[in-house]
Amino acid sequence: MHNPDVPASFDSIDKPALVRALRQLLPAESVLDRREDLRPYECDGLSAYRQLPLVTVLPETVEQVQAIVRLCHQRRVPVVARGAGTGLSGGALPHQQGVLLSLAKFSAILSIDTEQCLARVQPGVRNLAISQAVAPHGLYYAPDPSSQIACTIGGNVAENSGGVHCLKYGLTVHNIQALKIVTIEGELLSIGGGGLDAPGYDLLALLTGSEGMLGVIVEVTVKLLPLPERAQVLLAAFDDVARAAEAVGNIIAAGIIPAGLEMMDRPAIQAAEDFVHAGYPRDAAAILLCEVDGSNEEVSAHVFQVRRILKDSGATEVRTARDAAEREAFWKGRKAAFPAVGRISPDYYCMDGTIPRRHLPQVLREISQLSQQYGLAVANVFHAGDGNLHPLILYDANKPGELERTEAFGGRILELCVRVGGTITGEHGVGVEKINQMCAQFGSAELAQFHAIKAAFDTDGLLNPGKAVPSLHRCAELGAMHVHRGELPFPELERF
Amino acid sequence: MSDQDLSSRLCEQVCAALDAQRPLRIQGGGSKSFYGRTPSGDLLEVAGHRGVTHYAPTELVLSARAGTPLADIEQLLREQRQMLAFEPPHYGEGATLGGTIACNFSGPRRAWAGAARDFVLGCRVINGRGEVLSFGGEVMKNVAGYDVSRLMCGAMGTLGVLLEVSLKVLPMPETEISVCLQISEQEALRQWRAWARQPLPVTALCHDGNQCYVRLSGTAGAVDAAARRIGGERLAENDRFWARLREQRHAFFDSARPLWRLSLAAPTPALPLAGKWLYEWGGALRWLVSDTSAESIRSAIRPAGGHATLFRRGDRDQAVFQPLPAGLMRVQQKLKQAFDPHGILNPGRLYPDF
Repeated sequence: MHNPDVPASFDSIDKPALVRALRQLLPAESVLDRREDLRPYECDGLSAYRQLPLVTVLPETVEQVQAIVRLCHQRRVPVVARGAGTGLSGGALPHQQGVLLSLAKFSAILSIDTEQCLARVQPGVRNLAISQAVAPHGLYYAPDPSSQIACTIGGNVAENSGGVHCLKYGLTVHNIQALKIVTIEGELLSIGGGGLDAPGYDLLALLTGSEGMLGVIVEVTVKLLPLPERAQVLLAAFDDVARAAEAVGNIIAAGIIPAGLEMMDRPAIQAAEDFVHAGYPRDAAAILLCEVDGSNEEVSAHVFQVRRILKDSGATEVRTARDAAEREAFWKGRKAAFPAVGRISPDYYCMDGTIPRRHLPQVLREISQLSQQYGLAVANVFHAGDGNLHPLILYDANKPGELERTEAFGGRILELCVRVGGTITGEHGVGVEKINQMCAQFGSAELAQFHAIKAAFDTDGLLNPGKAVPSLHRCAELGAMHVHRGELPFPELERF
Repeated sequence: MSDQDLSSRLCEQVCAALDAQRPLRIQGGGSKSFYGRTPSGDLLEVAGHRGVTHYAPTELVLSARAGTPLADIEQLLREQRQMLAFEPPHYGEGATLGGTIACNFSGPRRAWAGAARDFVLGCRVINGRGEVLSFGGEVMKNVAGYDVSRLMCGAMGTLGVLLEVSLKVLPMPETEISVCLQISEQEALRQWRAWARQPLPVTALCHDGNQCYVRLSGTAGAVDAAARRIGGERLAENDRFWARLREQRHAFFDSARPLWRLSLAAPTPALPLAGKWLYEWGGALRWLVSDTSAESIRSAIRPAGGHATLFRRGDRDQAVFQPLPAGLMRVQQKLKQAFDPHGILNPGRLYPDF
């Protein structure tokens, strides 16, 4: 694995002195500096990149966070914030000369306001824990990244996480109302407010998805929605990928915004079916899963309409889940797609491009051509509703040259996404992984503007150095998410 | 007027202004010139830079040049039974897309569907260095780089001259009906809080001082079921009522006194401020026609954690937008510097300091 674009330009840091100073601010057990204690923090969900931090700190109060960053600011020590570390782009990869600031102890739900449908939570609260806590009130938090049982809301904000239900319910940026951040100078800022908007520039939007580059998130106010009365899922099989893509367009053209709309191609279908026996039609070229939710009346009307549209669009088979168990079975295969592919190949490399959906047939055709050219198989899973494509390249890292071929192939796929008007990352973030592809996405003027924004918050570049925005002279190499022998960094998590 | 791309000319004008160190006053259709602090500087006209550059109904994406009339965009969408779900007010004949985004103006549906900023997918801008920059794109999910596109929403042109904006559009609801209930403001606030916790297809709420108005949108069956649950009387002139409200042509807005826009936590009880009140967004947006001083209004809402904007009339040379705490103001000033180091773009329109 090539080295990430992490500048090592910080002055050499007197580690014992730094640790001593940190121990003045925190209880001894909250400052970790021994190699074996630092090991758990050496990577996030992108485990191909590993780096021990100089020291890890686990503050419990906002005041402690402020004191830590103030100290780091004074001594010009890099600071990398970390939530659960489930991210897939290396956004929480430590800096070799820096402090790894874990927010794991910030795990309290501070208040649930059922009148305003808001919850004020600390950044270390798990995504799913919010929905679970508010379920007794008939409410839930809509964004549901696949790692939702483990990932934390602070990380969700830093990455602007999505999920299966984005098309209808939006991303993290659409589902939060306020933030508290600590700046690199140690100042606590309240962003957003009591109402639906706030005066001045929309810092809430700017901070969301900023990958820990602009501030440390210490509190999040999330919006809650009433649980839908009912949800129903349909499964449709197609003997042609282009027809499946067209069916997606036809559903939307009919004025229906499904809660979830997912596509898998034949290699993905077969891998999933062999793994979890979801009952998918193995011979189909593509399947679509379409979930509609809402009131009873609305769901009934939409199921009826969607069935007809799918059939008219050339589906060879359309099934509607008869009960909750079947609905779960339909989803099971889709949710098991990543580990299923991990079973049939020693390693795979997960891409995360978004494309305008009309180009899907062309993009899949070109990926298939590239697959032959590079001699590497590909399985495609696709958040079809919002155009977010996850091609999984199958390879074997033990075969000489295959890793390099995979990286080259992956790079071509991302370039293809950009060429058809899409993006290099739909939901996993840039982190260290796609730092170089940022140069395919943006010109130097845009990158310079990003650096100016960064400097407005963090003049010395101490927050998460080397991530998210490449320096102007580093624009060549390609990064990757590598999974060895099907071992995901978080094997217990569903990845989809 | 026909579609044309004036990007280069606009860019030259910004560069010339930069060279001469002469501030620019950016204007589209001029329909929102009443809003914000008093504009100053040489006029930079964007209205001629117009035309829808891309519209893919089945992808829910539309891109248009900033000077494109909002009415043209809405007409095009209507033909495909689609809409701008943030229901932007026009406030005049020539309203453009650029002005709407620069002001982040959103209408009655905002509390349920989202604001203008929630639908922006990408933009092309000229920054204060005279550089043409592109951010975001025409796809729903995109986390590459900082979200500059949304940052432009509500920035009042102080960070960049909008050239082109890409938006997510949505299907129009199959059915839309409205009902009105003869209840007091207090009773409405209580009722709205209860509804907010239920999966009802509500897409607009208003109390105009006389009665409560509720709009329901969705499939015919869902809307009927909800209407039965809510009760009240069917409003015959459904579209017209909400359009008049959105455009501030409702009788409430007919006044010579200052109009204040208060953004508050929805359940905030009625505030003890003299004047006429109109409630929207389930109580989260409150219009106040009042001669009360800015200081009194802002100190009255402080406990509720919201902010107050002098929306129309009154003294436009004062703090039209709520002053920010010192820390936030510093960050905003630095951001302004990052985009427009010489302060040539709409200086003073948002805050006196930049």
